[in-house]
Amino acid sequence: MVTMTAEVTGKVLCIRLGGELDHYYAEQVKEFVVSEMETHQTQHLIWNLAGLNFMDSSGLGVILGRYRQVNEMGGNVTVCGLSTQVKRLFQLSGLFKIMYVESTEQDALRRLGEEPCKTL
Amino acid sequence: MQNVMNLSFNALGENEGFARVAVAAFAAKLNPTMDDLAELKTAVSEAVTNAIIHGYDSNPGGIVYITATIDDGEIDVIVRDEGRGIHNIEEAKEPLFTTKPEMERAGMGFTIMEHFTDMLNVESSTSTGTIVRFKKRLAGKRVRCV
Repeated sequence: MVTMTAEVTGKVLCIRLGGELDHYYAEQVKEFVVSEMETHQTQHLIWNLAGLNFMDSSGLGVILGRYRQVNEMGGNVTVCGLSTQVKRLFQLSGLFKIMYVESTEQDALRRLGEEPCKTL
Repeated sequence: MQNVMNLSFNALGENEGFARVAVAAFAAKLNPTMDDLAELKTAVSEAVTNAIIHGYDSNPGGIVYITATIDDGEIDVIVRDEGRGIHNIEEAKEPLFTTKPEMERAGMGFTIMEHFTDMLNVESSTSTGTIVRFKKRLAGKRVRCV
């Protein structure tokens, strides 16, 4: 299964994923993120993937799809919390060339010009 | 001695997780590293996803067949479908190539399988379907002293 939570800080929507992101769960993740982006009218997007224990190219597809969406609105995408396996998927697909990568969510927020909440 | 495992299941997305975990559990007796096991699961997931969404066009009536063989520290995995086949294998293997951009496919399945395994072979025909076979050494890897 996949778990999804969202948090808004200023203009940034942060999506935290846990569990497994494959073809079966990709559509659910897409719908959730699109709906959160529309509800909060955010400009930038952070993917915190620290909780994922599996991801394949279907996950890359969802992340790339949202990148295109955010990019069209002039926003940026940052990813954080990548496991060794997910990092290799990003390297193979060239996603590192178009997205920022940070190790933590706090660093990702700073990268996008927002100060992290004290609770983080 | 060789150890062989066979699986067959309906072309349902919910079976992707079952398939990769089943193959990983079968491979566990080789005592693989966590990274090798993650790569094996990813390769299985890519092949099974291809069979479901491309081979059978997401028709759950299709059957996906997996045969995994363990022999001398290596796992040999065959993922087969009896679907529509691949028109041009070389094109399909190119990074970022996809016939289903509307489904937000990244076009990275074969590239990932190639990088995460030691050998990949794809055979396909529009009349009989597709056979994806890969091998991965999981135990007794030679360590080179520098």
